[in-house]
Amino acid sequence: MLKTRIIPCLDVKDGRVVKGVRFVDLIDAGDPVAAAEAYDAAGADELCFLDITASHEDRGILLEMVRRTAERCFMPLTVGGGVRTVEDVRTLLRAGADKVSINTAAVKERAFVREAAEKFGSQCIVVAVDAKAVDDGGGAPRWEIFTHGGRNSTGLDAVDYAQEVVGLGAGEILLTSMDRDGTKSGYDLALTCAISQAVHVPVIASGGVGTLDHLVEGVRDGKASAVLAASIFHFGTYSIDEAKAHMAAAGIPVRRDPPVAHDLAASAEEGA
Amino acid sequence: MHVAILDYGSGNLRSAQKAFERAARERGLAVEIAVTDRPEEVAAADRVVLPGVGAFADCKRGLDAVPGLSEALTEAVIGNSRPFLGICVGMQLMASVGREYEEAEGLDWISGEVVRLEPADPTLKIPHMGWNTLRVRASHPLLGDIETGEDGWHAYFVHSYHLKAAERDRVLAETDYGAAVTAVVARDNMAGTQFHPEKSQRLGLSLLGNFLEWRP
Repeated sequence: MLKTRIIPCLDVKDGRVVKGVRFVDLIDAGDPVAAAEAYDAAGADELCFLDITASHEDRGILLEMVRRTAERCFMPLTVGGGVRTVEDVRTLLRAGADKVSINTAAVKERAFVREAAEKFGSQCIVVAVDAKAVDDGGGAPRWEIFTHGGRNSTGLDAVDYAQEVVGLGAGEILLTSMDRDGTKSGYDLALTCAISQAVHVPVIASGGVGTLDHLVEGVRDGKASAVLAASIFHFGTYSIDEAKAHMAAAGIPVRRDPPVAHDLAASAEEGA
Repeated sequence: MHVAILDYGSGNLRSAQKAFERAARERGLAVEIAVTDRPEEVAAADRVVLPGVGAFADCKRGLDAVPGLSEALTEAVIGNSRPFLGICVGMQLMASVGREYEEAEGLDWISGEVVRLEPADPTLKIPHMGWNTLRVRASHPLLGDIETGEDGWHAYFVHSYHLKAAERDRVLAETDYGAAVTAVVARDNMAGTQFHPEKSQRLGLSLLGNFLEWRP
């Protein structure tokens, strides 16, 4: 049986991990490669790097970080942030990313999604959907696509947009509620459910996790295929295994394989 | 021992190389893992690995586009009976024919076709993406110390097509995704996995170690 994935997400800037609180308050919280190795050893099902300043910074630091991570971690790695061209996708995949997440560039030019999917295959093209609830007085909930960390409205309906990018070849949707991101008040379940049921590809729920029950809700009520969280894992509030135990107890199938020993330990044993 | 991972422009092969190196270290094996597009290196290798990501026909074209590479692969695997491992689309290429987007001929080492996944349950997402268990149909050294079955270890899959073998005996293991999905195929000195062992943590490193020690 296919298991529900738990995906820690590392926001990175200048090659260092930062914690994004509504994408504004940034605190340096360590070396991304070391964090990736720790998550690999802890049994994370995938890892996600989001380069939050990629549009302004030198890509070399990010590519080197991806390269070093891919050499040491034996789990899938998704990298996003500042991906604008087919060449950006190619260099990230060549550096060792398994999937590349496209955000603003897909909003600006939908054909880019098709081009990337045709070139590299849908399996490695994730489209990040950043959505915010809008009140248009109609009563029924509606969400719009926002860019630039939730600051810029696009007027695009989130459900329509998700369906459109999947039609163009996106193999997965990384769905973030900009209302909930950084709040620890739980996923926007109505949004997650609306998108999950509207597309035939997997949807990763993101934005707002503060407790382990939130992860359960994302899958049970939001119908997400995978759940992404950052700070609850980064600051040791909960371990990956605690999250999996909690989900398993709630009847959600998760993977709990024996861990791969940390490579440093393996080298030390060899030397002994 | 020299292991050649074929580089024909299909994805990044560094993680596959590093996973093999790690698996070799775990087993205490002295192995040189080369990512190569040089036909002479492939033909002379002790073991050959064919990775692949993307669409079937694209991968086949990529393989055929490197002068002499396809012939070197055949020489090593068919001529010299070297142990062979195909991974993901590299495994699918072992089939007679692929039907993703367009029809394309495969290597025809495992009689059968590569067809779209059609789970009985329409709410199941495509691609089949994530961690799934293996149901073994026939024991094989490649699966040696791996715990299989519903409560066993997991392999990482990401695919929308799978290899439907004409002879069921070629299918070593399946996984369940709305229907039986081919996970591992083998015959003689050849084997292939639909999942990515280099991304499958414990199960993956075990399988790669088993491949390095496999004596068909």
